[in-house]
Amino acid sequence: MPRLNAATRHRVAFTLNGKPVSLEAEPRLLATDALRHGLGATGTHVGCEHGVCGACTIQIDGQPARACLTLAVQLEGAAVTTVEGLAPERDRLSVMQAAFRRHHALQCGFCTAGILVSLDAYLREQPAPSEQELREVLSGHLCRCTGYTPIIRAALEAAACLRGEPLSQPSDREPAHV
Amino acid sequence: MKPAAFDYIRAGDLSEALDVLGRHGSDARIIAGGQSLLPMLNMRLAKPAVLIDIMGIAGLERVGREGDLIVVPAGVRQAALMKRPGLAGEQPLLAAALPWLGHYQTRARGTICGSAAHADPSAEIPLCLVALDGEVRLRSRRRRRSVSAADFFSGMMVTDKADDELIEAVAFPVAMTGTGYAFREVARRHGDFAIVGCAAVVTRDAVHLAVAGVADRPQRRSFPPLAGSALTDALNGFAWELDARDDFHATARLRRDLVRSLGQSTIGEAQRCLA
Amino acid sequence: MKIETISWTGQSLERVEDAALLTGRGRFIDDLGVRPGTLHAAILRSPHAHADILAVEVSAAAAMPGVAAVIIGRDLARLTTPMVAGLKVAVENWPMAVERVRYVGEPVAIVVARDRYLAEDALDAIEVEYGPLPCVVDPLASLQSDAPVLHDRAGGNLVSDRRFRYGDPEAAFADSAHRVEVTIAYPRNTGAPMETFGVVAEYDPHEDAYDILANFQGPFSIHAVLARSLKVPGNRLRLRMPPESGGSFGVKQGVAPYAVLIGVAARIAGAPVKWIEDRLEHLGAAVAATNRVTTLKAAVTADGRITALDWDQIEDCGAYPRAPEPATLYRMHGNMTGAYDIASIAIRNRVVLTNKAPTGLVRGFGGPQVYYALERLMQRIAVELELDPLAVIRTNLIPGGAFPYRTASGALYDSGDYVQAFDLALAEGRLADLEARRDAARAAGRRYGIGFAAVVEPSVSNMGYITTVLTAAERQKAGPKNGAQATATIALDPVGSVSVHVASVPQGQGHRTVLAQVVADVFGLPCEAIRVVVDLDTGKDAWSIASGNYSSRFAAAVAGAAHLAATRLRDKLAAIAGSQLGVEPAQIGFAGGAVFAKGDAARTLPFGRVAALSHWSPALLPAGVDQAIRETAFWTPPELSAPGEDDAVNSSLCHGFIFDMAGVEVDVETGKVRIDRYVTMHDCGRVLHPGMVEGQIRGGFAQGLGATLFEELAYADDGAFLTGTFADYLLPTATETPDIEVLHIETRSPFTPLGAKGVGEGNCMSTPVCLANAVADALGVAELKLPLTPARIAALVAAPEPALPETHRQRTGGLGAAKPGDRALRGQGQAEVAAAPDAVWAMLLDVDTLASIIPGCHGVSKLSETHFKADVTLGVGPVKGRYKAQIRLSDLDAPRAATLSGSVWGALGTGGGSGRVTLTPAGEGGTLVAYSYEAAVGGKVAAIGGRLLDGAARAIIGQFFAALARRASPARPGFIARMLGRRP
Repeated sequence: MPRLNAATRHRVAFTLNGKPVSLEAEPRLLATDALRHGLGATGTHVGCEHGVCGACTIQIDGQPARACLTLAVQLEGAAVTTVEGLAPERDRLSVMQAAFRRHHALQCGFCTAGILVSLDAYLREQPAPSEQELREVLSGHLCRCTGYTPIIRAALEAAACLRGEPLSQPSDREPAHV
Repeated sequence: MKPAAFDYIRAGDLSEALDVLGRHGSDARIIAGGQSLLPMLNMRLAKPAVLIDIMGIAGLERVGREGDLIVVPAGVRQAALMKRPGLAGEQPLLAAALPWLGHYQTRARGTICGSAAHADPSAEIPLCLVALDGEVRLRSRRRRRSVSAADFFSGMMVTDKADDELIEAVAFPVAMTGTGYAFREVARRHGDFAIVGCAAVVTRDAVHLAVAGVADRPQRRSFPPLAGSALTDALNGFAWELDARDDFHATARLRRDLVRSLGQSTIGEAQRCLA
Repeated sequence: MKIETISWTGQSLERVEDAALLTGRGRFIDDLGVRPGTLHAAILRSPHAHADILAVEVSAAAAMPGVAAVIIGRDLARLTTPMVAGLKVAVENWPMAVERVRYVGEPVAIVVARDRYLAEDALDAIEVEYGPLPCVVDPLASLQSDAPVLHDRAGGNLVSDRRFRYGDPEAAFADSAHRVEVTIAYPRNTGAPMETFGVVAEYDPHEDAYDILANFQGPFSIHAVLARSLKVPGNRLRLRMPPESGGSFGVKQGVAPYAVLIGVAARIAGAPVKWIEDRLEHLGAAVAATNRVTTLKAAVTADGRITALDWDQIEDCGAYPRAPEPATLYRMHGNMTGAYDIASIAIRNRVVLTNKAPTGLVRGFGGPQVYYALERLMQRIAVELELDPLAVIRTNLIPGGAFPYRTASGALYDSGDYVQAFDLALAEGRLADLEARRDAARAAGRRYGIGFAAVVEPSVSNMGYITTVLTAAERQKAGPKNGAQATATIALDPVGSVSVHVASVPQGQGHRTVLAQVVADVFGLPCEAIRVVVDLDTGKDAWSIASGNYSSRFAAAVAGAAHLAATRLRDKLAAIAGSQLGVEPAQIGFAGGAVFAKGDAARTLPFGRVAALSHWSPALLPAGVDQAIRETAFWTPPELSAPGEDDAVNSSLCHGFIFDMAGVEVDVETGKVRIDRYVTMHDCGRVLHPGMVEGQIRGGFAQGLGATLFEELAYADDGAFLTGTFADYLLPTATETPDIEVLHIETRSPFTPLGAKGVGEGNCMSTPVCLANAVADALGVAELKLPLTPARIAALVAAPEPALPETHRQRTGGLGAAKPGDRALRGQGQAEVAAAPDAVWAMLLDVDTLASIIPGCHGVSKLSETHFKADVTLGVGPVKGRYKAQIRLSDLDAPRAATLSGSVWGALGTGGGSGRVTLTPAGEGGTLVAYSYEAAVGGKVAAIGGRLLDGAARAIIGQFFAALARRASPARPGFIARMLGRRP
């Protein structure tokens, strides 16, 4: 049974966006700090450190997780995806990222990484979400700039695009109950 | 906002976890999904000396059936139970309550048993356990025992679990024929802790209403199928008995009012399921 | 060659900022590397609202591993001076408490350590002894003569009291057919950007210079304040800002005091120091908008025309009137008549201090407070005079042909057609449909209401408006302040590519994109050919005291300055090209990447060739052109003059117009408000980028929605801060924020280079009151208190509560409901024990017994017969903290009753309370121990665990009496033996 002593650093190895990585971490090191300052993956942002704002959302083995509520040592052996791993190539945008840019679904961009990571996980589960379902998924993220509407539009459009459908007109949508 | 230092143990099996827990008692905490514990660690509200991670223990992640019980072991994440095929038929109350539990992102990590262990008086899992008269299965090095939900939750974040025990599983009775179930909740925002949550279990002979968010733990009352003013009086009595308090999010008055109104509509919905 | 002319400005281009942000390559302050050896700071904060600092023991903390320095107020005071404030009062604005703390969350000590984790470990080891003082949190209470005074030398908490009079308000009120009045207590809220503050500071002892990187947003008037506080000339405070900032909404102005703190920490530690604020620190102590108590009266004619307003505003700036306060109170000074043509106003403005965090810039900056009162008043006029609310608004709107329009208090409204915008909003916003929805809902017995709000949105602040707080004579003495200097630099490099640099410090608004559009149009270049750099360094970039990202000044002022700089440079290029092509400069055109002679397509040069000429062949420059390499333009509008002798002030350059309309349905059972439809009409002058304008409006609406329904930085009467997490300070999420309808008309500003006005703050001003008006209409109530929480809404319409049924009376504790606003934790209970009252009494006075029954006790020492000291670990569930405790027994009535008072303090906060214990003989030799208590908890635990505190306190107090009962029961094996063993 591995017991990791509080005062010493321990090697933690996992895959980050498909590539094997490792770092030395005390048991208490948060995954946010490990990713950002240990591995230089600063795309994952820290907004509250108590699991509410969602800016630090990453995927652990394909499922969304608050990196601020995850210890680095808990990442051992996992497959971790962050915003840096969403685009198909370094100089391209993913379908969702491109839709965000088209719809002005970000302003300061601080919360955006977490939202993109959540949507990426969710659309794998539910490729044809309703507006209401998307709003519920997004309710796990705080955005202070956009008022959310452009994010919803971008997500609906990207989901349709990923399903191979032609882009729908805004008037086709049923308004969601909020 | 960084945690104080602790040792971290990745338990390979349950007996390892129980050994450590037995040695350290209240200085050790079990970590499963971490969705309640980590905020407390980050804020240094909790400073355990040892964290015991049980998520690597094989077998704890599978929901099982034991007769009329849905048995949810300690490693089952909330999202996993929510996605269980046929859950809405198997236990409609759980299927109705789970989407209210936090958010998509926290349900993907948080566990059912972790929510029970945390014993927040507003939380949905303790409410469902109490409403359904479910059980909490505790285990220490020395013994295993099963406690009824009503006895397990003893106060605000206080439970019957001893320091050397962990929750091995919780068990929810499956839906019975001739029984209606309903869940309703009022919170300030979607995904927030309930101001009041109500779970009703209704048969032709009896009404059981459990309420979260008002007393220091979920509370259940049972009464015969009443209507009209008799029901109103019963709910009014229940509302007062819960000794509601003001806090920053709601007044005691609103909480009592919601027990009366939301209680009634939840019972009504459960009765309609029955019809 | 065919020249294609494209106008980039006005198009919703994709933003140049976005690709980096979307792929995780943003460069926010915490994403940037630091120098090797950089240390990390954590800040210890006051758990008390008001207390003297009696002693600070830092030696244990300083000796901890990795700790480089522990800094307290005394150290700060040695190296700095207090920050200069706008008010001339005897208040020392220290960024960290020196001898006294005045709000919960005030910095008390800084630990600098190898990493943040170690720094926080050391914070827990600092012991501060406080002498608690009475506190005041309510601005009206703060004015009372017996109120605790925050700053003794100021003599009281009222630090400014000014009266203004414009027109003839007395006559208007004397002649008025009606007087209508509203009183408003506007709550505290904040912008809550998703990125918190960050500072990285370094000090050079040889040059006595600070180099400080901070996600500051301006106004750069603060630079002067910081330099003076650090006791260096401005050129020895190099303030740098990172390329990206994660939102601000005004709030990041508040990082300024931390520039001083971390600067000093770096100086003392002898190494670069980095500090990233955490969310608890941010909510508790970053920047709050002011809370304000306003009484507003109107003199009204029989047909609803307002002839005068009388404002009485009491502004609560918290514990320190920190610069630029009291600007929140004066920013609206010119437009206190809103969108209405009102000739006379009286204003009394008072500024008070209370034991709450200092206030500062928050989006809307003074507008929400003013328009909440003004537009609630408009609705009340309609209700009280039984007029159509729309008719009252329309009657009073400034007429279309009146622009530029001078208000009674001195603003010059640049442009607008309010009546047209209003009429269009009602038509395109489908008022008739909204009314039909209301009527149908009401017919079905539901509570549906419609609200309106008309708002003038000021932008591009006059640097001089703040001086309106001074009298004309004081202003005379200090010298006039005015203007709104904006600056931009355009540079051409040796291959002729164009760079733009501005001091606009964007916080996510997309300045780089808009500047590229504006400059590309001037040079006839593709938009993507322009590179814009927005990170700022006060050590080498062009800036002015008015620079920064505030008062919605980008589109109107900064983009205009960039246009000006680009135009000057283009004119030089035209001269160069003219000399090359042999035509008059006036005949030179710029389009499609070419510079050409108009009407002669053969005479064309590539833009790059002309643009690079100054680098390669300066000898070819025509007469009168010195260089065409770099052009820095400064621009300030002449309309922004200093306040006059008569206190009239044109407080802002631009004035947009908003008319909002909302339909809401209120569920009286749950107290929740559902927004059925929301329409917002804007006139923000020329729209430079429609997508960004819409983004500003939607974002402003969401913040306004939060202010209306969810957000409050709440304090208890005892000064405890209650909303320290995002679980208590509630921001609207996607499930609470509806889609809205945005409408526009465009009347261009004649005062700005591009005809644009600000648009970013308007909905923070209009939305709260529009929604409140709709809720008031739905419920038929006159008074509403924001935020409209479920409990408040339900209370507005609640019928008398059904009483506790007779049959249940036996079964409850019979506790009355607490008084509203009273946060004391109360409880009572009883336990029957199998020992006589004498024996129980002896136990209560016995050290060993106390040690065994006090929950989590590590030992008790006796200070006197009735005074004990203990070390305890308290908590419920996993929440545990170690505290020092004192327990006193008083009002002794042996062996029948005693009062137990206790106080505890520790890293998680403080608590205190008292309880009366009565012992009554019961059963055979037994005792009924009954107790009632009242307790209050403060500090960190109150700010982050308020929802759970009551239950936790009850559990802990219950544990004490349960232990007493167990201990007293002779039935417990070993009890007698233990007692005998200890007391032979």
